[in-house]
Amino acid sequence: MNDLSLVVTIMRFGFLVLMWIMVFAVVAAMRRDLVIGRKAKVGAPTARQARKHPELVQDSPPAKIQARQLVVTEGPLAGTTLELDGTPILLGRAQEATLVLEDDYASGRHARLFPQGTRWFIEDLGSTNGTYLGGTALTRALPVELGVPVRIGKTVIELRP
Amino acid sequence: MSQLLTVAKPRRNTELLLLILALSLATMANALVNLNLGRTFDNDFYTQIAILAVLSIGFHIALRIKAKYADPVILPVVVALNGIGLAVIHRLDITSGDTAGQRQWMWTSLAVVAAIAVIWFLRDHRILRRYTYISLLASVVLLVLPLVPGISAGNVNGATVWIAIGPFTFQPGEIAKITLAIFFAGYLSSNRDLILLAGKKIGKLQLPRARDLAPMIVAWLASVGVLVFQRDLGSSILFFGLFMVMIYVATSRISWILIGLALIAVGGVAAYQIFPHVTRRIDVWVNALDPEYIGAAGGSFQVVEGLFGLANGGLIGTGFGQGSPDTVPLANSDMIIASIGEELGLVGLFAVLSLYTLFISRGFRAALGTRDAFGKLLAVGLSFAVALQCFIIIGGVTRLIPLTGLTTPFLAAGGSSLLANWIIVALILKISDAARRPIDVSNTPEPSASGPQEHDTKLEVTKP
Repeated sequence: MNDLSLVVTIMRFGFLVLMWIMVFAVVAAMRRDLVIGRKAKVGAPTARQARKHPELVQDSPPAKIQARQLVVTEGPLAGTTLELDGTPILLGRAQEATLVLEDDYASGRHARLFPQGTRWFIEDLGSTNGTYLGGTALTRALPVELGVPVRIGKTVIELRP
Repeated sequence: MSQLLTVAKPRRNTELLLLILALSLATMANALVNLNLGRTFDNDFYTQIAILAVLSIGFHIALRIKAKYADPVILPVVVALNGIGLAVIHRLDITSGDTAGQRQWMWTSLAVVAAIAVIWFLRDHRILRRYTYISLLASVVLLVLPLVPGISAGNVNGATVWIAIGPFTFQPGEIAKITLAIFFAGYLSSNRDLILLAGKKIGKLQLPRARDLAPMIVAWLASVGVLVFQRDLGSSILFFGLFMVMIYVATSRISWILIGLALIAVGGVAAYQIFPHVTRRIDVWVNALDPEYIGAAGGSFQVVEGLFGLANGGLIGTGFGQGSPDTVPLANSDMIIASIGEELGLVGLFAVLSLYTLFISRGFRAALGTRDAFGKLLAVGLSFAVALQCFIIIGGVTRLIPLTGLTTPFLAAGGSSLLANWIIVALILKISDAARRPIDVSNTPEPSASGPQEHDTKLEVTKP
């Protein structure tokens, strides 16, 4: 009987310890995405990632993308910045857009901003009111230089380093 | 054309490891109950543990297939809480001879299966946005159901919130929590601009226009209705708090919080003056330790016994089966926090509270990560509903606020609450899957293919 009560006592404290192990294990598991707003690290894929996802190697990321953030300078969202992490960005009023424009003059899926080589390109997706790069309406995808205003409806965005 | 530059990590293996930890926690809790109360390890013990393991592994597999990028810590945390709850309920059953444990196992199975169904059949959480007004209608029906003669279960423990169909009883208000969150999220994500645009400014405070106040007044009236007709103070606070927080998150205007608090103050004072059951609640709370109130019918016996239990537990608790939490009325539902505090002590109770905090923070994290306004609001609303529910009931048990009958999410005995909370878990997992999934715009569907944009074309103006 004494043996059993010893086991029970050990288990009783063991249970409390296990509860806290659970708590700390969860905290440890989530520590890597406690950084808000940065989706994931951008960089060369590791050998293991390349083996599992061969498409990463062919389409390897450019060594350095100059523009680091997108800034909304005019319009309802003025002041908003978005970190560019090398993935394409959909601009528009649709809920699935990367940057959801609260702008009555923008279309649902208005324009797309995507990296190619070391530069970012903007492409109009058949919007009603058009996309203007530095004052001229877009007819095809064009590279966006740093600081050149891109007008979408009443919203103006530009790329910043 | 692959535009993905990074491998977004699904992290399902992390989830599996944590899940095994959670399951061993549940097993150990149940084993301790059996050991301490001199029960043999009969078939029941093994089947129950096996059921929990099969259910949670099944959920895990469903996530692997249907929501690969979902948050890896939510499921293990919830399984751990549910497992601890089952052990505590089983322990109280042994002393009181009740069969709440059996029912709780049944409801757990049903709830997990329902949650798996949500993960499996709900392709995208944004689909729910189409049902904005249907959700409103559903909420109204669910809230009125307990008052309908014939299916109403009448006044149970002072509140008319139950319906009875045959041998089954159900609390439709728990499900209304979800449908209301869907309605608020859909309504606010569509009308955000209108609510934000206009309004007078007084100093730094921008006041909303009178007509934008209408939904808030409606939410307030609905909460007061729940309080008056169902006599359910907890749900009333829960629904109004849910709306207040969601409109604040949608507009980031502090004025909504101030107006909401003012309405609560008005409603609270009026309810205290007019309704005897509210007056009674407050009096019992203020004078809880007065012997006159402890002895009275509907007095403070319950909360005071709970406090004695917590004190008896001390820092490390008496150990499972060694305390006497069964002296508290409703020890396995409303007062389950007192039972846990007595037998696991402050150390155990805080571990439980940490698990809640982690769950809620993951819900908010999913809201931050997802890119659509509806998903953001829904995730915030659902996580906040769980948070507020924890606050109301745990605050009540520890006499921080007057005790009102709400269930402790995942822990307390009560099928409707389990079902609703597991569905909330499924929805949050689905939203976190959308948040963590890598962005790929190269093959998104055409605008006409999905529903949420139907109002977009309407508002498009030809020339700025």
